[in-house]
Amino acid sequence: MSELLTPSQTVGPYFSMRLPWPEGPCVVPAGTPGAITIYGRLTDGAGDPIPDGLIETWQASPEGRFAHPGDPRGPVPDGDKAFRGFGRCPTGHDGTYKIVTLKPGGLPTGDGRAEAPHVDVSVFARGMLDRSVTRIYFPDEAAANDADPVLQSVPAGRRATLIAAPAGENLLRFDIRMQGDDETVFFDL
Amino acid sequence: MTVSEQGLIVPGSGKFDLPEYLKPQPGNHPPLDSPGYKSTGLRHPGQPLVLLPQRLTEVTGPLLGDELVTMADADLTTQRGGEPQGQRIIVFGQVRDSGGRPVPDTLVEIWQTNAAGRYRHAREHHPAPLDPNFDGVGRAITDAGGRYRFITVAPGSYPWGNHYNAWRPAHIHFSLFGRAFTQRLVTQMYFPGDPLLAYDPIYNSVTDQAARLGMVAEFSMDDTQPEWALAYRFDIVLRGPRQSVFEEAHP
Repeated sequence: MSELLTPSQTVGPYFSMRLPWPEGPCVVPAGTPGAITIYGRLTDGAGDPIPDGLIETWQASPEGRFAHPGDPRGPVPDGDKAFRGFGRCPTGHDGTYKIVTLKPGGLPTGDGRAEAPHVDVSVFARGMLDRSVTRIYFPDEAAANDADPVLQSVPAGRRATLIAAPAGENLLRFDIRMQGDDETVFFDL
Repeated sequence: MTVSEQGLIVPGSGKFDLPEYLKPQPGNHPPLDSPGYKSTGLRHPGQPLVLLPQRLTEVTGPLLGDELVTMADADLTTQRGGEPQGQRIIVFGQVRDSGGRPVPDTLVEIWQTNAAGRYRHAREHHPAPLDPNFDGVGRAITDAGGRYRFITVAPGSYPWGNHYNAWRPAHIHFSLFGRAFTQRLVTQMYFPGDPLLAYDPIYNSVTDQAARLGMVAEFSMDDTQPEWALAYRFDIVLRGPRQSVFEEAHP
């Protein structure tokens, strides 16, 4: 017998009183060797920017590990303990966000397959009664992406919405479109 | 094949089992497209969601807290030097999962209006007074039993533009991480007996009545502090993993 869950409600327009914190967008400090910046724009069904949204990211370390008891592979190497894995960035007036991080490693699925490197994303905003969940994949991982069981479960014509675009040295662009042509794929978790 | 200290399988060996966090029952969470709340119209996914199997990224999650929270963060009445206006209240409760297990060491973040129904935010224009002694933001970490406790003042109601003469019932926003990405929750705590609940499209977006009532705190006379503060209990239930056969046999 399981209890009813506390229902989700919108973050509303004023979450920025509390939720952002100064180093939130920096999963690793800017200037960390190998750091990449992922940025993009959050837009609504009219194509307009969503200026009161919040993007959160969660990911494995570059070695593909989580310093977390839920990872059944056991304790992580010392270097991975310092990797926070979590980023949080409110969108600006133009709907943009950015996260500074390290590219995650690939992950075993537990049944002999592998997931391509990816970042899980939660999207919150005024007007969203629950978060929307998506994933960022990497453009330089074509072979791993082609074998990724999640990407392969997405209709072929929509997969590109989950793969960040190269935008310069150590820079990737990942736009999040809630509706319309090229709507980002969102997941039922 | 190598076995780690916990008896689980280590990297490279291929096979391991992960917990499966149960999905919410229909009606427990609000639909993302909820026409009574107009802003959902252009901000919900239009395409069907794609099933995301829960794997390593989903069954782990950020374990934040110690570096972000001090004891003072849980007392919203002492953050600005002077005492804020309004009814002093204690808001406390337990964070647990749907299997009844406490969720310890998890970050709880709150934000709210002051007693007059005004948020301290640059884009807030409701003509109610700001309180120089109240910011309306708090943080706490649950203890080993999943318990948290804030001291604050009762928030006020305020008008919003959703429809003619729309007023939000008094509420406190809550944000929780749990222990896994699957457990992340943002919700709002409401107050018992608030006549505005019946008119609020955000509260009523939750179609299951029992679930909806789960967002309404319970007044607790036992936990009031005489001569000082009223008290409201707000327990929060996050998604829990499917119980093992052993747990079901030995609850």
